[in-house]
Amino acid sequence: MSHSAAPTEHVHEPFLQHHFAEPAQQVDAAKIGMWLFLVTEVLLFGGLFVGYGIMHGKHPEAFASAHHHLDRTLGALNTIVLLVSSFTMVMAVAAAQAGKRRHLINYLIATLSLAGVFLLIKYFEYSHKIHEGMLPGGLYSYKGEAVPGEFMFFSFYFMMTGLHGLHVVAGMIAIGWVLRRAVRGDFSERYFTPVDLVGLYWHLVDMIWIYLFPLLYLIS
Amino acid sequence: MAAHSYAHAKKIYVGVLAALLVLTVVTVIAAGINFGSPSVNVVVALAIATAKASLVALFFMHLLYDSRLNALIFLLGAVMLAIFLIFILLDVEARDTVRPSTLRPPAAAAAPAPQPTEPAPR
Repeated sequence: MSHSAAPTEHVHEPFLQHHFAEPAQQVDAAKIGMWLFLVTEVLLFGGLFVGYGIMHGKHPEAFASAHHHLDRTLGALNTIVLLVSSFTMVMAVAAAQAGKRRHLINYLIATLSLAGVFLLIKYFEYSHKIHEGMLPGGLYSYKGEAVPGEFMFFSFYFMMTGLHGLHVVAGMIAIGWVLRRAVRGDFSERYFTPVDLVGLYWHLVDMIWIYLFPLLYLIS
Repeated sequence: MAAHSYAHAKKIYVGVLAALLVLTVVTVIAAGINFGSPSVNVVVALAIATAKASLVALFFMHLLYDSRLNALIFLLGAVMLAIFLIFILLDVEARDTVRPSTLRPPAAAAAPAPQPTEPAPR
């Protein structure tokens, strides 16, 4: 072990945890962990999707009738909002990778704002339905069911979009945290893993909505 | 995306976003078409949604360029969910029509009372 001629490979990287040999290994490990987490998220929503499939299969008329209470235009609008927010998020990752701090910050702010727009639209949809008494379980007091059993559709609607909405809120907190770090100047071409991982999370939230939109709003 | 410049990446992402928006319009239009049975419509809607989700996973989530291991992890999760969903739906569909010959109808149904169909919800 001579110290003399060794090419100083070991530049001290402030972000590199001591148990990783090199930054690339640290990034790989972080990504694998994130993907494993995303799979658990898929399975979490999967249970609800399966429940929805069973009940829809058993009561197609009630589901078809109940879904007319949802506003298709608002649903489509929210789909577009989330898709565009996914785009701004991936651009934030690309900007971070290119070391463009200004772009990174702007794209993160755009993503955060679009997430806010999504929740605002959701708020209008929810307040309308809560006003009509369509909350699940004992809170259900809607009297105008055209087909008996419509309450079941609304239970799934609130559970699925509600859980998704919570994920949107969590995503906004995560994006806000990354934004703060970006403003502070924590990221560079060499280190932007948190931006990358929060991006993955945000795309998953988008992906779940891609399935929720046709299943809840577009039943024929 | 390491191989691509920032400007080039932006071009790709804009293209993917455009495709996603077009597919959203396609889903809405497809929902208005009668494909013969409601379940076919659901399959069409799910197929379009899967196409959109694949675009998101491959490009926005970098699975196309990333380590194959990440794609494998995600795919495994999706396959497990598909098995869960497909087999449960098959069971729900076939339960009332396909019965093993050894299976007797429930005692209540065997009684002279008219055979109970599904309990009316609520």
